[in-house]
Amino acid sequence: MIGVYLILALPLAGMAILALQRDSRKAGRINVLCNGLALAASVWLALDVLWRGPRLSPGKLLYIDSFNVYLVALTAFVGLTTSIFSGPYMAHEREIGRIGSRRLRLYYSMYQGFMLAMYLVLTTNSMGVMWVAMEGATLATVLLVSLYRTPESVEAAWKYFILCGVGIAQALFGTILLYFAAEQVQGLGGDALLWTVLHEHAAALNPSILALAFVFLLVGYGTKIGLVPLHQWLPDAHSEGPTPMSAILSGLLLNDALYAVVRCKMVVDGSLGNHTAGNLMMGFGMLSFLVAALFLHRQSDIKRLFSYSSIEHMGLMTFAFGVGSPWATFAALFHMTTHSLTKSAIFVTVGHASQLAGTQRMDKIRGLIRTQPAVGWGLLIGTVAIAGFPPFGVFASEFLVLVATMQDYPWLTPLLLLGVGTAFAGLFRHLQPMVYGDAPEGLRPIKANLLPVMIHLALVLWLGLAIPAFLGDWFNQATRLISGGLPL
Amino acid sequence: MSITDLDYYQQAVLLLAGLIGLTSFLMLGQSRLVRLVWIFGLQGLLLAATTALVAAVLDSPHLYISALLTFCLKGIVIPNLLNRQIVRLGLHREMDTIEHPARIMMGGAALMVFSYYVSLPVIAQSQLVTLNAVAVSLAVVLLGMLLMITRRQAMAHVVGFMSIENGLFFAAVVSTYGMPMVVELGIAFDVLVAAVIFGVFFLHIRSSIDSLDVDRLSRLSEAEEK
Repeated sequence: MIGVYLILALPLAGMAILALQRDSRKAGRINVLCNGLALAASVWLALDVLWRGPRLSPGKLLYIDSFNVYLVALTAFVGLTTSIFSGPYMAHEREIGRIGSRRLRLYYSMYQGFMLAMYLVLTTNSMGVMWVAMEGATLATVLLVSLYRTPESVEAAWKYFILCGVGIAQALFGTILLYFAAEQVQGLGGDALLWTVLHEHAAALNPSILALAFVFLLVGYGTKIGLVPLHQWLPDAHSEGPTPMSAILSGLLLNDALYAVVRCKMVVDGSLGNHTAGNLMMGFGMLSFLVAALFLHRQSDIKRLFSYSSIEHMGLMTFAFGVGSPWATFAALFHMTTHSLTKSAIFVTVGHASQLAGTQRMDKIRGLIRTQPAVGWGLLIGTVAIAGFPPFGVFASEFLVLVATMQDYPWLTPLLLLGVGTAFAGLFRHLQPMVYGDAPEGLRPIKANLLPVMIHLALVLWLGLAIPAFLGDWFNQATRLISGGLPL
Repeated sequence: MSITDLDYYQQAVLLLAGLIGLTSFLMLGQSRLVRLVWIFGLQGLLLAATTALVAAVLDSPHLYISALLTFCLKGIVIPNLLNRQIVRLGLHREMDTIEHPARIMMGGAALMVFSYYVSLPVIAQSQLVTLNAVAVSLAVVLLGMLLMITRRQAMAHVVGFMSIENGLFFAAVVSTYGMPMVVELGIAFDVLVAAVIFGVFFLHIRSSIDSLDVDRLSRLSEAEEK
């Protein structure tokens, strides 16, 4: 269990140290160090779980099984690579005078605060603490969205704060109902909010209350996932905040909110014994997937474009978890990994591209490959990967979702194909002129750090060609946990 | 089952539930910000009273702590914080115009009925008190949202947001006799941090658009170029 404590203690310490660190270069390095150590701790933890099974902390407040441990490792990994990118990026923003040193301190401190909230969401066993941590993640990031203090960013942050605050309040109501239902069962007492206890006694819980609770939980955490029609905050918050923030919001926060919904679904399914929760998720997921794919065509801001692409992929994952067969669950878990690796890589390149062009408007970003081939190719390959081209991992996971859907709901496959096609067209009509074409006068290459991008894309490529045995093992274990069966 | 069959404790809880619902309606119709915040503080005090009552009847010490916490935070600290901001930003003379007050009140009443309807599955296995408590708390949450929808002042939005939190807290105290202590502390902490961040935001909004009227926050949209 020491690994879990370490994972929670490291960002907490980092938060305190970085709040006091005045030297911005040093702060960047400390940030990388904290995330690196957290990654090491998470790998240790993952191996521990792989060999010795799920672990419960003595106070029962922390719980680690194969489902959340792999997300912890993914969170730590993306956190590390994004922090490697964020050091020079923020130093550049400081040089051109977009932010001052006090706000840079706020930025680094809240980066760690956000990581802490994410780890807590994933590792906690109490549904109440999970809610608290999720709200904490909003609070940690809301001031970062308005970091530049432009009218647009203040507006985006206000929208983010109000919408997510009100949205997640619904999840608290759902949690209270869950607790209420659990208290009716004899002998649970004060442990009634612990996930392990709820899951064990799911069959005894009152189904009508749990159905009501799930609606509130889905709406609440669904706001954080960015499900249509609760997605309004997402493109704004992604486009106006600093780019490293967009990368971790898209790559981590959305995943963890989906994780919370799936945890709730596991309890609700046990009580209801039918497919209501799954149907709700399928409906919301499909709607988000299709609407976001259409909205891709209308964007003029590069970061908004890719945040709509995030909504689309989150919709697909929600849909796949909703289908609920072992195949679909496996595919959704796999898609979570590939999407979060690819999307954070894309946001890193987008950050460089917009620094290069001095704007986020896509009609001003032109001829990236001529000006700085590394950035141009990075963006091109990243977009090819996220659009679901073979041989990248996103293709493999989307294909699995498709196969699983064909097995259980064949009549929904045309809609999925339509969505994938629309999204593909939406991404490429914008990408083509940005990457190729003539560069405008006066663009000079910037100091770009493309190491994180290359690592992420290489991993996605590897996942597309073959899933390594230990990862497949993890996915299998998690799938058995969630859907009660093995995919093969 | 009629109301006279209930013991005094349950009747008192029902009375408090009714009063909390009433404060939500008062907020909905109040156009002066200072009074709005004042009523919000009153709601917080009623909530603290409910918690203390439940704690006394059940004899559970941890509820006393959360009663004290609610009393300090929702009853005193946050209303004072907001009122100080209102004075500092010079908003205490301004009136927030409420369009169609009658319709809004009717809408509020409809939400109340709707909350009772939604809570019906809960009665099947619980007593009258819980039904009323869950319904009223859901109504307070929905009325808080209605308040946010109908106002333009950022300050009124914050009050609506906080009163949603009050409704949730009421549900937790009356229907489940309080969440576990860790969770309650966490929620209280989140609310406090949120209140502070809201304070920071007022200054940002003020300095970037020169007003606290959220209608002016309309730069980001999906519409084509302006």
